[in-house]
Amino acid sequence: MSLIPLSAMVRKDLQLFFSDRRSVIVSFVVPIAIASFFGSIFSGPNRSSEPAKIAVAIIDQDSSPISTGIVAGMQADKNFKVTTPAEAEARDAVRRGGLAAAVIIPKGFGDAAGNAFFGDGAKPPLNVIFDPSRSTEKAMVSGIMTQHVMESVSKQMFGGAQGRAMVERTLPQIQGAQMPDDEKRALINMLSSVQQFYNRQPSGGGQAAGTRQGITMPYTVHEEAMTAGSNIAYNGYAHSFGGMAIQFLLFAMANIGIEMLLERQRGLWKRLRSAPVSRFTLLTGKMVSGAVISLMILLVCFGFAMAVFGVRIQGSVLGFLGIAVASAVMASTFGLLVAALGNSPATARGITTLAVLMMVMLGGAWVPAFIFPAWLQQFTLAVPVRWAVDGLDAMTWRGIGLRGAIAPVAVLFGFAAAFSAIAASRFRWEEA
Amino acid sequence: MLHVNHLRKTFGKLVAVDDVSFTVDRGQLVGLLGPNGAGKTTTVSMIAALVTPEKGEVLVGGARLAGDTDPKKRKIGLVPQDLALYDELSARANLRFFGALYGLSGAALDKAIGATMDLVGLADRLTDLVKTYSGGMKRRLNLAAGLLHDPDILLLDEPTVGVDPQSRNAIFENLELLKSRGKALLYTTHYMEEVERLADRIVVVDHGRVIADDTLAGLQSRVAVAGERATLESVFLTLTGRSLRD
Repeated sequence: MSLIPLSAMVRKDLQLFFSDRRSVIVSFVVPIAIASFFGSIFSGPNRSSEPAKIAVAIIDQDSSPISTGIVAGMQADKNFKVTTPAEAEARDAVRRGGLAAAVIIPKGFGDAAGNAFFGDGAKPPLNVIFDPSRSTEKAMVSGIMTQHVMESVSKQMFGGAQGRAMVERTLPQIQGAQMPDDEKRALINMLSSVQQFYNRQPSGGGQAAGTRQGITMPYTVHEEAMTAGSNIAYNGYAHSFGGMAIQFLLFAMANIGIEMLLERQRGLWKRLRSAPVSRFTLLTGKMVSGAVISLMILLVCFGFAMAVFGVRIQGSVLGFLGIAVASAVMASTFGLLVAALGNSPATARGITTLAVLMMVMLGGAWVPAFIFPAWLQQFTLAVPVRWAVDGLDAMTWRGIGLRGAIAPVAVLFGFAAAFSAIAASRFRWEEA
Repeated sequence: MLHVNHLRKTFGKLVAVDDVSFTVDRGQLVGLLGPNGAGKTTTVSMIAALVTPEKGEVLVGGARLAGDTDPKKRKIGLVPQDLALYDELSARANLRFFGALYGLSGAALDKAIGATMDLVGLADRLTDLVKTYSGGMKRRLNLAAGLLHDPDILLLDEPTVGVDPQSRNAIFENLELLKSRGKALLYTTHYMEEVERLADRIVVVDHGRVIADDTLAGLQSRVAVAGERATLESVFLTLTGRSLRD
């Protein structure tokens, strides 16, 4: 294989690529812009910033000590931004998407909840109105609400005025109630003990009644993010830049494949084929130029992410470069596949756009693959983008060593070999 | 210099070229004429090794042309019907690329670029982007790209389509100069007056077969009417008929 035609093909393709300002912008600027946006979403709060709060409304129609306690608990919760509008206003805000949910505490809730807490009284409803497109936030509201309701009800029942009143009201009723004597005796003993407990609490000194706690969570959670190291925070930009770079280098290479079809239409392949240059050299030249452009896109994107967003290669630098090169070669051979299988530039453009979007979506370039159902996670192992994105994740924020790059590199080169073989066998070499 | 022997090519059931044979000697321009779909471009494509013939052979300087990397391909220059140029690149970048495909590089390539651009009268536009060229200038640059590696045989597939009379005349002068330098030229066209002016011999093909191979005078004598010399167009219509072929 002569190097003069090969290097000339690479140089020519690079000149053509950089002469097209639109291609350059789409290939370099757009992925950086989109990755920055996605990175800001998926990075989560950093150490100095507050987490995004869920907007919730509470409509307290009860105004009992228990309901007031629930509202106070929700307002103090760092997860929520609580407002207390009228019910109609809250419903309208949820419908319009301004609120994730609205909680209505109906009249009589406090008394009914107290009765249900100790006895077999009917459990009062707590109405939650929610935006169906934000079911995850609704689940959070319901879960955390449970904690605040339990705290408020138990606090009142074990020392609040509402609890005392309920015990004092219930004891005489039990005396005259129709129930077996042993059960009646046990219930009276229990409530009498509760009453004695109330009476032992000093009205002034010691633990003030107002600060007495009800039932609280009997544990605390220590969270530890498994990143590259104990002092290294997860950087969502690493994933978003890897994903977007892979997406746009695939688009760039698909475009090179389409350009090859246009070159055929314009008779340029007649010139190429009439020259004493082998088919292998022609395809290799295209593959090398595509790989060089792909590698530039990938490295420029990550260079930006490193300089601006502090993304670091926490794993193996050699592994990162290996995956970058393997991804570039895979994308480049994908371009050859487009040129080989495409009938015309117009049809190829539509089909390849769909193919690239499917590959990047299934490959976890937009959102990490771990959120997929289990069967889909297995299926996407057949998508080269999955290996590229997971490999880049492993070498950046996960901090995996060189060993972690071996499988992605091998699989990506395997895809490249398969794409090349199909392209070479299906390429239309005759120029009638 | 160029011997085409019994070439045959089919596309499915269509017989595009069937037993086509002719020769082109040094310093000779052979006009290849035929209606649309007659098999001219397929014949040129087989000579340029763009299409593999099912039967027959192409001899260049007496040796059979075989394989993609056959060095004898350097003796052939192709000027395709399409403007096979990269519009976004300069003329120099185009020619550097096409020259490199034939193994030219460095000073030899620069010298070849200078000589061909002088020949086609575009030396002063060497660094301009091709997209800024007029149609006629692109045609001349298309010719230059085929001449760059100094081939002995030049295949010209309708090289004057869509050019103004001035550019066409300039191309004719280039071809006459090349002929005088001993190049063998095969020229396909639909313009009869071009062949009348340039061709030493004329090969007429129709339905994939050679139906005439003669000098202009020889062809004219075949259809002479009342002692008057027939035009090439009337000869052509007599040989190929008047039915539409599109």
